[in-house]
Amino acid sequence: MNEILEILINDARTPVEDIAKMVNKPVAAVRKVIKAYESDGTIVQYKAVVNPEMVQDKSPAAVRALIEVGILPQKDVGFDRIAERIYSFSEVQSCYLVSGSYDLLLVIEGQSIQTVAEFVSSKLSPMEGVRQTTTHFLLKKYKEDGKIFRQPVGNKRLNITY
Amino acid sequence: MLAPAVKAVMNISRTIESIPPSGIRAFFDLVIGMKDVISLGVGEPDFVTPWHVREQAVYAIEQGHTSYTSNKGLAELRKDLARYLKTHRGLDYDWDNEMLITVGGSEALDLSMRALLNPGDPVMYHEPCFVAYAPLITMAGGLPVPVMTTQADGFKVVPEILEKSWRKGTRALLLNYPCNPTGTSYTRAELMAIAKFVRSKDLILISDEIYDELTYDFEHIPFASLPGMKERVIYLNGFSKTFAMTGWRIGWAAGPARALAAMTKIHQYTMMCAPIVSQMAAREALNNGGREVAAMKKEYARRRNFIVASLNELGLDCHVPQGAFYAFPSIKKLGISSLDFSKDLLEKEKVALVPGTAFGSQCSDYVRISYASSYANLKEACVRIRHYLETYHGKKI
Repeated sequence: MNEILEILINDARTPVEDIAKMVNKPVAAVRKVIKAYESDGTIVQYKAVVNPEMVQDKSPAAVRALIEVGILPQKDVGFDRIAERIYSFSEVQSCYLVSGSYDLLLVIEGQSIQTVAEFVSSKLSPMEGVRQTTTHFLLKKYKEDGKIFRQPVGNKRLNITY
Repeated sequence: MLAPAVKAVMNISRTIESIPPSGIRAFFDLVIGMKDVISLGVGEPDFVTPWHVREQAVYAIEQGHTSYTSNKGLAELRKDLARYLKTHRGLDYDWDNEMLITVGGSEALDLSMRALLNPGDPVMYHEPCFVAYAPLITMAGGLPVPVMTTQADGFKVVPEILEKSWRKGTRALLLNYPCNPTGTSYTRAELMAIAKFVRSKDLILISDEIYDELTYDFEHIPFASLPGMKERVIYLNGFSKTFAMTGWRIGWAAGPARALAAMTKIHQYTMMCAPIVSQMAAREALNNGGREVAAMKKEYARRRNFIVASLNELGLDCHVPQGAFYAFPSIKKLGISSLDFSKDLLEKEKVALVPGTAFGSQCSDYVRISYASSYANLKEACVRIRHYLETYHGKKI
């Protein structure tokens, strides 16, 4: 992977000037690379990774669920068309096609258990081509995208050693 | 306070008495006692040991692996190491007769001196260098002969300085690369030039390559792999820096069977063996830790580029270290000693560095900056150093 991209994935707020120093390239060249990534859709968005347990005001989306969805593939388009119909709902945060006993794995966000249940029963389950759904409400987030959600532990090293 | 009678009895060995106390001990005590310091003074990785290695150690304890091991170290670990050296370094060592697992790289260094030196034997070593070199030579009865390297040569040991520093009867040359504190390493051609000197003076080469995996600009070449050098080299290394395992205390030595047997003799009467749990963890690191090593190396390389560029931008002349995780900038233009600079920076900006004089008597114009610290810390430290320089040394930079 391109090194500039790696640095941004790790910390999207790294200033361009610092990235330039890290990769030993002129600032203008780094800026150009980032711009190109933004234009061609490689970089989709910059956002903060938040530990939900630390957020005081949890509204509007406080409940998350993982939903396993079994679907019937369609001629010529396979799973893609029905997947598109599902992931286009704003409640669907993530949608993956997976191998195994079900086909799609969704991450759903809603204001309450009722909202999520309502989405599953009124929107998802009745959809043509959906065979079955299994809903798992998310109880606690321990780790996401390589980041562990716990209070940072203090420095365990001595301040100075040879 | 001890009673005078007891004091008289407790005389200290003349050898130990002859080793001067570290001139920067008081500075270290000051740093250790201070809170909210950004420390760039740490000589160990800021990463914790990879989880799968720690987990393997927990499992080893659960399984009741709490005994001694063979003096030389677990056979499985030595076999794994021999295989690693073959595949990664192209070196053939007999795991049973030419390898020893030690309690950290420092013990391996100590053993090599004690096994090889006779009283008064001169041993050449470069300055600046790791703080233990001269004391270990002295403690083994040898005579430390410093080889002064300079920033102009990139702190490299070059044949001309070797020739100048050499004295009759010299037994060994101690070489550390990549080097703590300068980060200096060598290309094949540069190592060949040193090898030529070693051969011409019939020396043993004690090669401390503890930072070998952290070489950024070219491939690390073990000294023992140079033509005709294997029989002259005591090859020292360990798990501390490569796998972020400093606290586990696992190092190793490889070399000619006769030397290794002598080192093992001392090791068996002093250490017995390295801790078994640490040895088992080391196996896991060696066999399955490649991914983490590559990731850490990449991160160190970025930080190196960042800190060297930032220091030069601040007006502190800093050569580009080829390895390890230290930058060694010059503070000469400020006109103060490295100890005064370090104390001042600590008191005024709460940034801790190590004065260059810790690493060599002629290094008062330098400080060691460890970039085994997060990018955020390095950045904040640079902001504070800038503030310090502008406030107190504005006209000099």
